[in-house]
Amino acid sequence: MNRMEENRTAATLRRLRALIRKEGRQMLRDPSTILMGVFLPVLMLLLFGYGLSLDVRDVPVAIVVESPSPEADNLASGFTLSPYFAPVFVRNMAEAEEMMLARRADCIVHLAGDFGRNAAQGSAQVQILTRGTDANRARLIQVYAQGAVAMWNLRRIDRGLSAAAGPVVIENRLFYNDANDSHYFLVPGLVVIIMTLTGAFLTSMVVAREWERGTFEALFVTPVTSWEILIGKAVPYFCLGMVGFALCVGAAEVLFSVPLRGSLLLLTFGSMIYMLVALGMGLVISAVTRSQFLASQFALLTSFLPATLLSGFLFDLRSMPAAVEMLTHIIPARYYVSFVKTVFLTGNVACVVLESLGILAAMATLLLYLAQAKTRKSLEK
Amino acid sequence: MEETRPVETAVLAKDLAKSFPLGKQGRVQALGGVSLAIARGTLTALVGPDGAGKTTFLRLVTGLLAPEDGTLEVLGLPMPAGAAEIQRRIGYMPQKFGLYEDLSVQENLDLYADLHGVTGEMRKARYEKLLHMTALAPFTGRLAGRLSGGMKQKLGLACTLVRSPELLVLDEPTVGVDPLSRRELWEIVTDLVRDEGLTVLVSTSYLDEAEKCGSVVILREGRIVASGAPETIRALATGSSFVMVPPSGKAARSLQSVLLDRADLCDAVPEGGLVRCVASSKEAAESLVGSGAKPVPPRLEDGFMSVLHADTVRAAPQGLRMEKPFDTAERGEVIAVRGLVRRFGDFTAVDHVDFSVRRGEVFGLLGPNGAGKTTTFRMLCGLLPASGGHLEVAGMNLRSARADARKKLGYVAQKFSLYGDLTVMENLTFFARAYGLNGARRQGRIDWALASFELSPWAGTAAGQLPGGFRQRLAMAAALLHEPEILFLDEPTSGADPLARREFWKRITALSEEGVTIVVTTHFMEEAEYCDHIVIQDAGKILARGTPAEVRALAHQEKGRAATMEDAFIAIVAEGRAGKGAR
Repeated sequence: MNRMEENRTAATLRRLRALIRKEGRQMLRDPSTILMGVFLPVLMLLLFGYGLSLDVRDVPVAIVVESPSPEADNLASGFTLSPYFAPVFVRNMAEAEEMMLARRADCIVHLAGDFGRNAAQGSAQVQILTRGTDANRARLIQVYAQGAVAMWNLRRIDRGLSAAAGPVVIENRLFYNDANDSHYFLVPGLVVIIMTLTGAFLTSMVVAREWERGTFEALFVTPVTSWEILIGKAVPYFCLGMVGFALCVGAAEVLFSVPLRGSLLLLTFGSMIYMLVALGMGLVISAVTRSQFLASQFALLTSFLPATLLSGFLFDLRSMPAAVEMLTHIIPARYYVSFVKTVFLTGNVACVVLESLGILAAMATLLLYLAQAKTRKSLEK
Repeated sequence: MEETRPVETAVLAKDLAKSFPLGKQGRVQALGGVSLAIARGTLTALVGPDGAGKTTFLRLVTGLLAPEDGTLEVLGLPMPAGAAEIQRRIGYMPQKFGLYEDLSVQENLDLYADLHGVTGEMRKARYEKLLHMTALAPFTGRLAGRLSGGMKQKLGLACTLVRSPELLVLDEPTVGVDPLSRRELWEIVTDLVRDEGLTVLVSTSYLDEAEKCGSVVILREGRIVASGAPETIRALATGSSFVMVPPSGKAARSLQSVLLDRADLCDAVPEGGLVRCVASSKEAAESLVGSGAKPVPPRLEDGFMSVLHADTVRAAPQGLRMEKPFDTAERGEVIAVRGLVRRFGDFTAVDHVDFSVRRGEVFGLLGPNGAGKTTTFRMLCGLLPASGGHLEVAGMNLRSARADARKKLGYVAQKFSLYGDLTVMENLTFFARAYGLNGARRQGRIDWALASFELSPWAGTAAGQLPGGFRQRLAMAAALLHEPEILFLDEPTSGADPLARREFWKRITALSEEGVTIVVTTHFMEEAEYCDHIVIQDAGKILARGTPAEVRALAHQEKGRAATMEDAFIAIVAEGRAGKGAR
């Protein structure tokens, strides 16, 4: 009896090896897989890393100096020297407003004609107008402009002059992103996009492809079990997803010097769990749709788009309407993003890590169970 | 394997039924009460028209589908409970072969050997045998997707044979495969049955293949209408088979078309310049003798046609009339091809081909898979530019006036380029618009198409839901909307059953009588008999040309019987390949 058990295990392992090898070969030979699994992550890293930045830098600002004075020059130099601003000097408001309309300026710093005199008396007024079309950006510009004015005030105090009663200046310091560099969360966040693409999107396509090409029909009439078929599909794509993960973490560390405050081991472990969730989604989708076109649409709608828009990767969950925020609770990517951000930027915070990973593990179990239940060795729908 | 008791019956079905949902309204009954016993060690063919339930039956046997009603035992195990065990013990080649096209021949074999647990010495010996049998040994490193149709089929078979299955199930293994590859595949299968005592269950629409089997089961609309040894089925047409000589100056197909319309005949097909027909009754036989027909021994197809005729009286398709027939008296050259060449990189797909086709002719282009037929075809239709040579279609040079020439020709592609989600009516409207037909003329042509091809009852059905034969009719109707002078058809009958094929050729005959010139490719050699002229092409070159009788005469007489078109084809192609260097 023992002997038979042993034989059976050996046969299962041999079949698994054969299926994994077959899947791996197909994966490596299909240019579209490599394109999506390796080239796309690299492209996104470069785009997000170098191209897209949510930071405010070189803001075109129109500085209106109605009558030149040493004080006005002093204040303006704060803008000229700052990396955040690219100032243009104009003589009157009308000109500045025109620039604003033509989108050549995002901010106006208005120093009225009596600025120099008032400053000397210690009661100068600075008007700061900001384009509000992008609220986030406007707020940042406002804070920076206020900062520049505050610096001018400090310089005045240094020179022993009385502080001007300018706008209230609040000292800003941003926690967990000291350098206020968006790469700090964009690059680690990319992991979620890449792993979702590989796990859900690519996997759903390759399973649906077997239905479409009729290869499952032949494969089913062999001793393989549906578990073996699923594992054979999952293992190579799991590896591909982890390659994408390694690329992202490597780029974050080497190219963008994002600090990794938590442990790499924990990060890898958590990512493996998320990879299982993504694979589970891909396998369920393809088992239900059985067509590449439908599978790709489904995967896009149910995994990729939510991972981009509703995971807190690009858009803050707290600023979403309550109903949408509720919806994000069923999106696995949400928990993974919170896990990745925490481990990267804050450290191993037990309560966040345990909660996120616990929910992800439960989701992975459920999805893989569903995938197995839906993949029967049968052509019955 | 030791623990299973030997069972004499490989497959035992009792009142087996299966239906599938169709659209939103109802279900279609694929099998309606089939009872059948298949003995071990036999070769059984499942034949019948499209939609008869052949594939459904095979999928039930393999456990891929579960019976809805009745019982099914395979190798002594009840289905579907025993599906997992059965799938371990049988071999199955589905219609699409189930090969991984991005894996090499060797990798495909390895995968199935590993899945079936064939290892070590046993594996080595098995590979050697299979590669020898299929002649695939020189191609083990080639990707399966790069193999010709015939080679794919043989590889698919080899993959199911990596270990000796207790039952081998083949679903239409030879669809779209040329006669040469077909013959090779059947030699392998019959050898296995004879030497290894293998049990084989095969579905096919070729009756000459069924003739090689130990027993034949004829299915129609989900029911068995006849079964038994080929001799038994053949005997059903004893004393009913005749041949008739067509009147001089008339094509055999014209006489055949007239005979096919007679309600008292089961069948009529052109054969060797004569017309073979099958009488449905004593009186019909007497009347045939009266009009000069000579009795001949029946073949399986005659018996098959008698059975189907008795089962239902089929409405023969009405003749096809063009609104403005082309002048058949003027038999000028409508296609002139001289020194035609097409290269793809280093590879010459079409190598200095010459032929000409006259108005109103039915012209056949025959050749094995990969002979360059489709490439020649695409150049004739102006879909692919030629690399060299002269090409004139409907009086226009295709190299300079492609767009004008295209208006004068209709093209039916191999897989029928129809929009599956559009209804029959929408497809016709779309194609009419694409050909620039407007207003009353468009409506007139669509009405003509619906009436001539008997598509009116299906006008609101999506093209993808149509049964195979109707899809082919729709494709033909769409290609004729703009009243082309020439109609090109690329393997229009591939995978079609004998009834659908007769219907198709009857329409072709009618069209040619209206002066439409027809150019057609086919894998069914007996269909060459419908043509006025044929050419046989292989490796890009023309090996033989002439009337069917002239081409048949090129083959040597075999064992006293007159050479069939298939014999001639195989002999010519084999000879052409042997003497390649000399040419």
